[in-house]
Amino acid sequence: MTSGPAPVRGILSSADWRHSATRRTWRLLHAVLFAGLVAFGALPLVWMWRASISSTADLVQRPLALWPDPARWSNLYDAWSLLGIDRYLQNTVVLVAGSWLVQLIVATTAGFALAVIRPWFGRFVYGALLATLFVPGTVTLIALYLTVLDLPGLGISIADTPWAIWLPAGAHAFNVLLAKQFFDAIPRELFEAAQVDGAGWLVVFRRLVLPMSRPILAVISLLAIMTAWKDFLWPLVVLSDPAQQPLAVALPRLAQNTDPAYLVAGLVIASVPPLVIFLIFQRQIVSGVGWSGLKG
Amino acid sequence: MTMAPERVLGVAASGPGDARGHRSDRRSAGRRAGRRRAAAAGLVFLLPALVIFGYFAWWPIAQSVVLSFQQTNLVSAPHWVGLRNFAQLFADPLLATAALNTLWFTGLSLLVGLPVPLVCAVLVSELRRGGALARTLAYLPVVIPPVVAVLLWKAFYAPGESGVINSLLGLFALGPYPWLQSPVLAMPSLVVVATWSGAGTAVLIYLAALAGVSRELYEAAELDGASVRRRVWHVTLPQMRGVILILLLLQIIGALQVFTEPYVMTDGGPANATVTVLLMIYRYAFLFGNYGVATALSVLLALVLVVVSAVYLRLTRSWSTS
Repeated sequence: MTSGPAPVRGILSSADWRHSATRRTWRLLHAVLFAGLVAFGALPLVWMWRASISSTADLVQRPLALWPDPARWSNLYDAWSLLGIDRYLQNTVVLVAGSWLVQLIVATTAGFALAVIRPWFGRFVYGALLATLFVPGTVTLIALYLTVLDLPGLGISIADTPWAIWLPAGAHAFNVLLAKQFFDAIPRELFEAAQVDGAGWLVVFRRLVLPMSRPILAVISLLAIMTAWKDFLWPLVVLSDPAQQPLAVALPRLAQNTDPAYLVAGLVIASVPPLVIFLIFQRQIVSGVGWSGLKG
Repeated sequence: MTMAPERVLGVAASGPGDARGHRSDRRSAGRRAGRRRAAAAGLVFLLPALVIFGYFAWWPIAQSVVLSFQQTNLVSAPHWVGLRNFAQLFADPLLATAALNTLWFTGLSLLVGLPVPLVCAVLVSELRRGGALARTLAYLPVVIPPVVAVLLWKAFYAPGESGVINSLLGLFALGPYPWLQSPVLAMPSLVVVATWSGAGTAVLIYLAALAGVSRELYEAAELDGASVRRRVWHVTLPQMRGVILILLLLQIIGALQVFTEPYVMTDGGPANATVTVLLMIYRYAFLFGNYGVATALSVLLALVLVVVSAVYLRLTRSWSTS
């Protein structure tokens, strides 16, 4: 979280850098580092891009080439229309958008109640929310599935509908924690002043707290969108109808009987949106603001 | 989101407009009314969270325990079967295989996933130029959806001489190896993919921790004549103990729940060499429709995770920094 001025020194001091043997060693280490980062961070993605616009014959004959010969741009279009990538992409966007909205509503309203209104039962609710952080989602997978099949007290099933993705996405205590901690830091005099002026809690929430909380809303949004886009196991379980499935669930199914070149084109299409989001928020992400989600 | 703006005047009621004589009485009465209104408003604002967590977190957690003692198959009404689910589970010879495979996967992931990001982070933190590029490159694989990563690596692992990895090794006159078709190589191959997808996050977390190590400690160590290697060993690593230990625990917990890699890449094969605990849970529930046994295994997994965390935290408490 510390993004202050660039450190004057690290483990090595400028005196070390002037020392020629040390400098040579670290230059070499850094060269190896960059070779490794390019080999593992960039080349697989470059290869994926190349494979997505290659013919299958070209892929078999020149598996290591990083440029297609000949370039078959039509792959992307064919994969888009023949494999139905357009529909799966649309499903993914709808599922991600809804999950994002639900997470934002739950996190901000709960954070506001706990940090600003502070009812007497607040700390019990907060404790119960945080307790869910210690139960990994995979452990309650089956029970959650059966709950979604037959919502207790309502007797309806939301399986095979987007609600089965949207609503459980909101049960993410880490977001509430982030929102509450941010709201806690807002000076309470502001709320009191607003109340003296006759503002109700809803006005304080919408006109005062939300506009001040753009940074934390951005962090929660980023975490929510990235998590929802990557999610695999839960949509696999709860969306058995292929017409409802997101790309992540559809791709492994399509992989079983598809021309490899088309499949890789599908992989590229599935990777572009998160890559674009990453490149937009790159500075914030790599300097360490938003990824405290610590997901393995 | 339709609710009337709740006007809370508790503050105003105890304000300067009060009659002097009964000030303290009025104030405490106002405070009590304020407390009640805060409770009502708090409940309204907590409603979304209470409903969502109630249905999709608290209820399933409670249900998990109940379900593990019931027979549930969605055909007939669930009924209590005592410990029979657990008995059936322990009679399944696959359980031991899955448990050992999961441990093997976890061990291998730590072997690669602990040192590689740590060394990367230390090297990146000492870069005088190109630090942002290095961070971006390290984090790129994390951005790729796991399913895409797994399918991409499945293509890399293609058997025969035309597979990407086999052709790379062919340049050095090695191979070809049947990566995913060999019971011995399959699990390490999955570990490589999982590490590829996850290491970037660890690198960034370690980098944040490295930025927090005080410069004065390095200067003092240098004045005392400590070499760079000794500074890493005696200053950097001890200062990062807390972060390393927490990240290690999170890696263990994550690895014990591995699913996507074995499910998409090998579906537990070859010869059950990559069947993991979570894959078994999935099969019991969604292939065999035996939700009771699946939940019983989930409960066992949860117990293992709790015990591992508790033992780990107890063992490492004395070493950790904070």
